[in-house]
Amino acid sequence: MLVDSPPEERAAALAAPPGRGGTRAAGLVLSTAVLVLVALASIAIGAKELSLAQVWHGLFQDSGTYGDVVVGERLSRTVLGLLAGAALGLSGAVLQALTRNPLAEPGILGINAGASAAVVTAITYFGVTSLSGYVWFAFLGAAAVGALVWFLGGSRGATPVRLALVGTAISAALYGYLQAVMIMDDAALGRMRFWTVGSLASATQGTVAQVLPFLGAGTVLALLLARPLNAVAMGDDTARALGADLNRTRALAMLAATVLSGAATAACGPIAFVGLMVPHVVRSFTGPDLRWILPYATVLSPVLLLGADVVGRIVARPAELQVGVVTAVLGGPVFILLVRRRRTTRL
Amino acid sequence: MTTTRTRMTTRTPTTTGDPGSAGTPATAGPRTARALRGPGGLSLRIDVRACVVVAALLAAALTAGVVLIGTGDFPIPASEVLRTLVGRGDHGQEFIVRELRLPRVLVGLLVGACLGLGGALFQSVSRNPLGSPDVLGLSQGATAGALTVIVLFSGSAGAVTLGALAGGLVTGLAIHLLAWKRGVHGYRLVLVGIGVSAVVTAVNGYIITKADFVDAARAVVWMTGSLNGRDWTQVWPLLALFAVLLPLVLANARGLRMLEMGDDLSRALGVRVERVRLLMTAAAVLLTSAATAAAGPVAFVALTAPQLARRLTLPRCLNGAGGAPMPGPNLVPSLCMGAALLVTADWASQRAFGADQLPVGVVTGVLGGIHLLWLLVTERRAGRI
Repeated sequence: MLVDSPPEERAAALAAPPGRGGTRAAGLVLSTAVLVLVALASIAIGAKELSLAQVWHGLFQDSGTYGDVVVGERLSRTVLGLLAGAALGLSGAVLQALTRNPLAEPGILGINAGASAAVVTAITYFGVTSLSGYVWFAFLGAAAVGALVWFLGGSRGATPVRLALVGTAISAALYGYLQAVMIMDDAALGRMRFWTVGSLASATQGTVAQVLPFLGAGTVLALLLARPLNAVAMGDDTARALGADLNRTRALAMLAATVLSGAATAACGPIAFVGLMVPHVVRSFTGPDLRWILPYATVLSPVLLLGADVVGRIVARPAELQVGVVTAVLGGPVFILLVRRRRTTRL
Repeated sequence: MTTTRTRMTTRTPTTTGDPGSAGTPATAGPRTARALRGPGGLSLRIDVRACVVVAALLAAALTAGVVLIGTGDFPIPASEVLRTLVGRGDHGQEFIVRELRLPRVLVGLLVGACLGLGGALFQSVSRNPLGSPDVLGLSQGATAGALTVIVLFSGSAGAVTLGALAGGLVTGLAIHLLAWKRGVHGYRLVLVGIGVSAVVTAVNGYIITKADFVDAARAVVWMTGSLNGRDWTQVWPLLALFAVLLPLVLANARGLRMLEMGDDLSRALGVRVERVRLLMTAAAVLLTSAATAAAGPVAFVALTAPQLARRLTLPRCLNGAGGAPMPGPNLVPSLCMGAALLVTADWASQRAFGADQLPVGVVTGVLGGIHLLWLLVTERRAGRI
């Protein structure tokens, strides 16, 4: 969707032609089915090979056998993947709508790096060890960097290049800080080197329970913002003429994006590119209406994250490739493709 | 893209390079450029201010080097250092100075110079003050090469150097090829670099998780950038590369300066745009990779040095005013500034944290990060990023 396309065209695109709504609803059902399949695959596939009967046993007749324990662990990992995936995808979609920028994404904008730096600070200097303790630091870091990037990137006059550059520069500075901490503190190096890659492997039922309220609240808030964000996408003047409260929408959208990416980062470490790829794929068949983009992103982002996680478990058996590595390797080329496409320099 | 182009062209009247000699007499400060006229119509334009800055920075770099040689567990006063350097010191000091500390300082000077020059080239080619090798993914590429050698092959220091060099060159080539689309444009180069950098950062993180603890600790120190334990084997290749590339770059500096006015205009003025850009990018990639291979990816020197140098070489009244001109590439001042910065940072890290406790990259990372924030705020105000 281009800012410089005439408003009539965009209004026409927003008013869905009759019949298209039905197709899109069917597509959403289909996507949900795909999500269920991927979730099942994520429970069934892993370093330890289990038969389907064993998986069934573990899921529904848990009696504490080895297989049941494995299934239980994979279950919490899958649930965390579902939650974190939805959170990252939604925050990417919201950020893209908010900044009207096709390259906006919590990883590229440095928001994940902000959350990481805050979490590392909490663990190393404040002795916070529980996830429910340092998730607040993650919010703080994510919000601080989000606001900084927004302000330094030039607020509404931001171009994709400017936002991406500011985000990357801030990430570079924060990663330098992370490295300094890891050099000075061997214990921090021992824990952090696994966390900073972005992985679902450490998921337990406790992790899931701790981040669930934040991710749930963030998801609901983001989905409720679909309509007001549609107005923002029309440009400031049109939005104001339509009666939208621009500042409130912006503030709430920023809050939703921060909570979602901050909580996801606190739970799994920084995972890049999920929030970039999924909204673009979704937009290609739903059109620019956020009331469709956001639900689709909620369903399809976990497909990508869990799919990447399953791939990571298969390709490096018996070891694992962390999901953050897989999404970066998959997402980098998509990013470059977007950059090369002539018309995506502005959303 | 269109907006970038129009902005570049509208700014052209004020971008025509040297503030002292060119147009805009209303805003120009003191005339800093002089022409030397020789016999037979030969003349040479000299920017007095730039020459003074270069001389001062060079002196600062060398002084910091002498002080750094004297710093350590066995402190040596500067006068003794100088006497030893010209060959009139006693035996013990001679060994410490010549074999242990001089090569380290020389590597520091050369790495700083390479990073300063490489950063200035990148910023000029990408037409963006933030387009430095740290942001564009080159440092990360070189890091990936070095990490592969450290972790997967537990290689020697020499092998690590080669790995870093290979990693940097491959990444530079990849970025250039991926950004190529009927020519390479500044903004596409930057964005492709950011994408590549994100991928390579993830791969680096993965390699570190595969390492055993000792290798991981070694890798993290390397990744921060350190001058500890550098000897003559690192000095010679760096010096040779520098001696080859510096004349090449300076010979093409004129074309690079024209390029900052926009592709169309420079083509009209007779600059072979793609050739100059390719040559300069290649030189910058080589310089950065070689520097990274020798000392690790020392953060932010390549970003900071050209910025600081520019502030010194431009008269104050032209500095940061609304719609201020982007000056020429400022190559030699950036080079001297890089050398001075790196050696001073190494001295500071040794004084502040004790000998060989924290690598120099931590100091440049922290100071560079602060400078970066300040830069982002001011450049944003001037609308230049």
